[in-house]
Amino acid sequence: MLKISGINASYGKIQVLKNVSLEVEEGSIVTILGANGAGKTTTMKSISGLLKPNSGKIEFLGEDVTGLRPDQLLRKGVALVPEGRQILAGMTVLENLEMGAYHRKDHDIASDLNKMMERFPILKEREKQLGGTLSGGQQQMLAIARAIMSKPKLLLLDEPSMGLAPLVVADIFKIIKEINESGTTVLLVEQNARQALKVSHSGYVLETGKIVAEGKSDELLNDSRIIEAYLGRKSS
Amino acid sequence: MLIEQLINGLTLGSIYAIVALGFTLVFGVLGIINMAHGEIFMFGAFIGVMITSTLNAPLWVAFAGAIIITAIMGYMLERFALRPLRHKQGVSHLAPLISTIGVSILLENLSHHLFGAGNHPFRASFAEISFQIGSITVYLVQIVIFVISIVLMITLSFWLGKTKAGKALRATAENLETASLLGVDTKRTITMTVIIASAMGGIAGILVGMAFNSVTPQMGLSMGLKGLAIIILGGMGSVRGAMAGGLILGLAETFIVVYGDSGYRDAIAFLAIIIILLIRPQGLFGQKIST
Repeated sequence: MLKISGINASYGKIQVLKNVSLEVEEGSIVTILGANGAGKTTTMKSISGLLKPNSGKIEFLGEDVTGLRPDQLLRKGVALVPEGRQILAGMTVLENLEMGAYHRKDHDIASDLNKMMERFPILKEREKQLGGTLSGGQQQMLAIARAIMSKPKLLLLDEPSMGLAPLVVADIFKIIKEINESGTTVLLVEQNARQALKVSHSGYVLETGKIVAEGKSDELLNDSRIIEAYLGRKSS
Repeated sequence: MLIEQLINGLTLGSIYAIVALGFTLVFGVLGIINMAHGEIFMFGAFIGVMITSTLNAPLWVAFAGAIIITAIMGYMLERFALRPLRHKQGVSHLAPLISTIGVSILLENLSHHLFGAGNHPFRASFAEISFQIGSITVYLVQIVIFVISIVLMITLSFWLGKTKAGKALRATAENLETASLLGVDTKRTITMTVIIASAMGGIAGILVGMAFNSVTPQMGLSMGLKGLAIIILGGMGSVRGAMAGGLILGLAETFIVVYGDSGYRDAIAFLAIIIILLIRPQGLFGQKIST
């Protein structure tokens, strides 16, 4: 579904991504692991159009989408929930969700809004509240719900568990699984490596801008180098 | 006396509010003060003078003409003075501000050239019509100005609050990147915002012409500075702040003339800035949102 071949990306003179290639199969959940500064967010920015890669090719559903703007990519079915959630703090919860459906022209928006409110009762409860007044976990749910309102084919999630309490993190991973089961392909960037690999089908490991390992999630979970570097020694 | 002055203050204040809205909208989406806004406003006033006095056409034609011309000026401003500086490496964040100062100088000189440096009277056909309610005299011009301003403000608030394009503008103002991730064509939204702000400046130009019966090439600068003062008072980028700040300044200026010294009239705006920056730096309606 998504195929990235040899992209290089940089901020000014500092090159962040070096010849990164990866593939996401339709219907799967794929995780990108890596330490801070490895280039995970830059990869997500490149795929979603926020950052134009210097070279390389990004294909989505067989079409070359390299260099398209985020709004053009959203129309093709690629939605990003950015790092730090980026809720529109000055708009209400309901308005945030409506903005998720901004590009849609069909007539199911109202019923989809209702469904979303049923799925996330806390958002229904706070629909008239400003987005900025929600807690971190609620904001993350709103950010995910908002992205789903755009009916994406591929959902990109950048560090969805960052800064959240462990109970909420478990909730978020459950939601990610549900989204995937309902037919949306997911590409996930996480520091929470163990939980991320448990929900995903395959994974990539980024180190200083390069892919250094890839494989099925259960293989990665048992790879001694990965355990050493990202999972810790605790077995579970 | 008091009520008459209140009406005068509200009339003036509602014009200030319209000017300030133009500033606040552009500040919202671009994060810069559009220093050319005052001059676009002045052009709106001159177009009104040309259409009503030179062509002898009715007032609504003047409004239509001013809206069209200032909207085009807004588009040109965005296309040629602002957009080329955006997202360019090595361009200082002050560059677009300087660029709008350049445009304002260009426009002021252009208006000297086109219209002459003198004072142009603005003749509204109904300028002399007034109503006597008890001891109070109300001019029809004042009512027209106030009604147009209020209708404009209500329309803008409704548009921003309820329509898709308005929400896209608010999203863009709050976070350009997030808006683009949600499918908003932010380039188009920015262009549209500068056009709408400029057209509002054009409308305000005619309203000022009607209120003071006088249009000069210098009026852009003083109105521009007042608009700036109002959005600092109301909160940068805040729509409600621009409206409230405009009305407050209009009333304050009117009452200082009546009960104080008319020489201090233009100082009020800047005194207000100093006080507000000391007490409430984010402005009356500015919000400090933590994310």
